Amino acid sequence: MGTVKRLLLAAVLVSATQLGTLSSAVADDDNAAERASRWQVLQQALFPGRSLKDGAGIVQLDAPPRALDAALVPIGIELSAVKPIKSVYLVIDGNPSPLAGHFTFGPKADPHSLKLRVRVDQYTNMHAVAETQDGQLFVATKFVKASGGCSAPAGSDDTSALQDIGRMKLHLIGDFAPGKTEQAVLMVRHPNFNGMQMNQITRYYTPARFIRSIDVTYEGGSVFHLDSDISMSTDPVITFGFVPQAKGQMKVVVRDSKDITFDHSFEVPASQKVAGDSGTNPGA
Amino acid sequence: MSLTRRQALLAGACFCCVGTSAENAAVVHEVAPGIYIRRGVDEDVTRQNDDAIANIGFIVGHSAVAVIDPGGSRADGERLRAAIRQTTQLPIKYVVMSHVHPDHIFGAPAFQKDQPRFVGHAQLPRALALRDEFYRKRLEDTLGKERAGGTVTPTLLVQDHAEIDLGGRVLQLEAHKVAHTDCDLSVFDPTTGTLLPADLLFVQRVPSLDGSLKGWLAELKALKTLPARRAVPGHGPTSVDWPGGASDLERYLGILLRETREAIAKGQDIEAAVNTVARSERSRWKLFDDYNGHNVTQAFKELEWEQ
Repeated sequence: MGTVKRLLLAAVLVSATQLGTLSSAVADDDNAAERASRWQVLQQALFPGRSLKDGAGIVQLDAPPRALDAALVPIGIELSAVKPIKSVYLVIDGNPSPLAGHFTFGPKADPHSLKLRVRVDQYTNMHAVAETQDGQLFVATKFVKASGGCSAPAGSDDTSALQDIGRMKLHLIGDFAPGKTEQAVLMVRHPNFNGMQMNQITRYYTPARFIRSIDVTYEGGSVFHLDSDISMSTDPVITFGFVPQAKGQMKVVVRDSKDITFDHSFEVPASQKVAGDSGTNPGA
Repeated sequence: MSLTRRQALLAGACFCCVGTSAENAAVVHEVAPGIYIRRGVDEDVTRQNDDAIANIGFIVGHSAVAVIDPGGSRADGERLRAAIRQTTQLPIKYVVMSHVHPDHIFGAPAFQKDQPRFVGHAQLPRALALRDEFYRKRLEDTLGKERAGGTVTPTLLVQDHAEIDLGGRVLQLEAHKVAHTDCDLSVFDPTTGTLLPADLLFVQRVPSLDGSLKGWLAELKALKTLPARRAVPGHGPTSVDWPGGASDLERYLGILLRETREAIAKGQDIEAAVNTVARSERSRWKLFDDYNGHNVTQAFKELEWEQ
């Protein structure tokens, strides 16, 4: 966890110094050469001294070519069974904090399909970097155009959901069969707000409040650990695979930037039609 | 996207005459006595259209003028101002900003010299703080700095209801709950029975949802009970019958609500829902493909937490 934080800080630092002029250019201009050089810099900051191989056949990144809503861009990451995957990074090159998330899979995971929702600030490349158990890195790339028209800027969502913060839902997709991979959808109420400085005219100010980590365990074993950041959408929704037993407990622990944790346990499969709806469950 | 020096000079040169010469005045239609509306084009913003894509206009009383939506850019606002000056020399005392979207309010700086009260929903300053810079940058990228305009801080905030008096003509303002956006302000002119709901009413151009689907349907239902005989849509024709003119919008929003709920109940994710929900409406709206997916996304994230 500390490592990711350092990497993230490194990336931010790099973007603030070496990329100072570049980042503003990227916002105005979808220039392929500039995007490539931005990725070079990010790559060195995030994976120093390591080489990234073409991920064809290993990792696939699915994203809409044009974001319908800059604040909620659905992303899919498909990981092949050819090589055992240890973790996967999602990098959104053009975002203020480019490392959107780092999923580390545990023994209870079936790490072949992941879905999440992210914010996209501008026309940008995205990278999914899969790390195999033997430490190799494989990368897949997608270019995403920011949305047009009346859409809101990424990260501007209403913070009124704060009263409902920490509420969680979990449901399974498809037919449940013990011992067979199941896709689960985890929903977490959280503004995931990146914070806003005092606006000199309106005097509005909103402090940052975003999710730093999510831990999902099943019957005491880890499914995944996610280190996340302000690039995740408001009210994160994550779809992931795991292999259930006939009956078991899935536990979710969410920790945010205020060091507040929210946790909830779900019966899997649920006794009711829709798996547990927790209500607010903050523990500090 | 940056302007060449020559383009900038040309734009600058053009800009100087905007608002002063008659041919630069916006073409407005008098939809009811003293209510003049300029029809926006059914397009997204381009360099050619100066973001003049929303229906904007003004209402003239015995002693003052109220602008109801100052336009999509400074250039658009200047042309509206020129149209006002062709119609009346009464002072422009109010500039109503119906909501946060740039196609309605970025023309506000064109009216600053008139020193009007800039009127907005109580939530407008917050929405502006969140979005102003993002919108301005994007509009400047398309139109250039000179023509883009920007936002003006509202000086008269409406919490619930308010009235503005233009002399012999009192306009009723209503600040709505979250609907099209979280800061929709509508205007009703009892003198002529004309409702100006701005983007709470889309006709022909596909609606864009940026607030709450359930909230929008609720506000629309309430607006239909007003004693108005006509309404001025935020996009579409300059005037429609009321409440009949709301029926297409209500139908679309109703289908969006029902089919998004169905998609969620079936366990579909957003990616699947954007390709299936409200497709039956496709031939009925302009710019459907540009906005329906966005609307489904908005509806989905609102409705997936239901129950």
